[in-house]
Amino acid sequence: MSCERMESRILAYMDGRLNESERAEVQKHLDACAVCRVRATEFSSVNDLLDELPMIEPSPAFDVRVRARIAAEPVKQSWWAQVWATLSPSPRIAFAASMLLLATVLVSYRGGGPIAPPIPPDQADAEMMQDLSVLEDHDTLSNFEPLKELPPPVDPNSADDDQQDM
Amino acid sequence: MTRSDVQLMLDVKAGDEQSFGLLLQRYRTPLVNFLYRMVRSREQAEDLAQEVFIRVYRAREEYVPSAKFTTWLFRIATNLALNSLRDHRHEKLEISMDAPVTADAEDGDEKPFEVADKHPTIEQELVEEDRKKMIRRAIEKLPEKQRAAVLLHKYQELDYAEIAKILSCSESALKSLLFRAYETLRVELAPLVARHGTK
Repeated sequence: MSCERMESRILAYMDGRLNESERAEVQKHLDACAVCRVRATEFSSVNDLLDELPMIEPSPAFDVRVRARIAAEPVKQSWWAQVWATLSPSPRIAFAASMLLLATVLVSYRGGGPIAPPIPPDQADAEMMQDLSVLEDHDTLSNFEPLKELPPPVDPNSADDDQQDM
Repeated sequence: MTRSDVQLMLDVKAGDEQSFGLLLQRYRTPLVNFLYRMVRSREQAEDLAQEVFIRVYRAREEYVPSAKFTTWLFRIATNLALNSLRDHRHEKLEISMDAPVTADAEDGDEKPFEVADKHPTIEQELVEEDRKKMIRRAIEKLPEKQRAAVLLHKYQELDYAEIAKILSCSESALKSLLFRAYETLRVELAPLVARHGTK
């Protein structure tokens, strides 16, 4: 075994985590290699020195704090409860929808009552013709040649006078 | 009969809060010690350990015993510790540059929890303190991932496969990581190692 290969085995050898054949192989190398032998001894010393560090105990309040945080955790709902909660509308949405509906009703009520039905096209044409300004243009009518040939209109008042005279 | 970690966790999953209390009891000291040696602040270590337990509790519904419970637990703890070290790196540098070097500052708050010798002299006490200080400093000097590997290997006695999973690396990479860490410690602790060798 090479010194390089020892790098991946030396700690496992110290920990007793090698199988019998691997252990024998490492031992054989250590017997032959002074550098690796020194390293193995010093690694073992380092291991012992690390044991000298004392353990600390968590403070008495540790458990209390963990339990308090766990008590403050939100209770988890089952999956169907979560699905139901997602599907059912929230009170806020329901309130907003009803307010919108109410506002729509109020606006349409204040807006002047029902909307007038559309006028059928024939009647519309007739009304348009009645409103034609040309019909109200008396100059046009008075200058209309055929109308000039007609006898002048009878004054009803003068007719009455004639009758009275008779 | 003592219930296994996995069984306790499955009981927690089924809604048994007492089983969580047993896991808390079982792992609070190893976790706080591991985190304390990682971040070198008792207060921060306890905060992080609390966070680990809260995360375990929150994940109870999804828990599947596919790996050892300790692998999962220390993986959460290691990630939290590495994140915390990264977040506080700048802050820590500022403190160490500004703060005066006193015995208290060096020792942190570990002192009151140590088990005292029967009747050590003041001189012996000082020598002991110096040794511990040196060992602590040597561990602190290790790169974070090497430090985590040494702590999990040495103090939690986890097997290589477990530590490799915790650190998200291969077993051979872990062995190389540990070898380099022990080489550094051997150099840093050379005076103590030499004395230890002559004992």
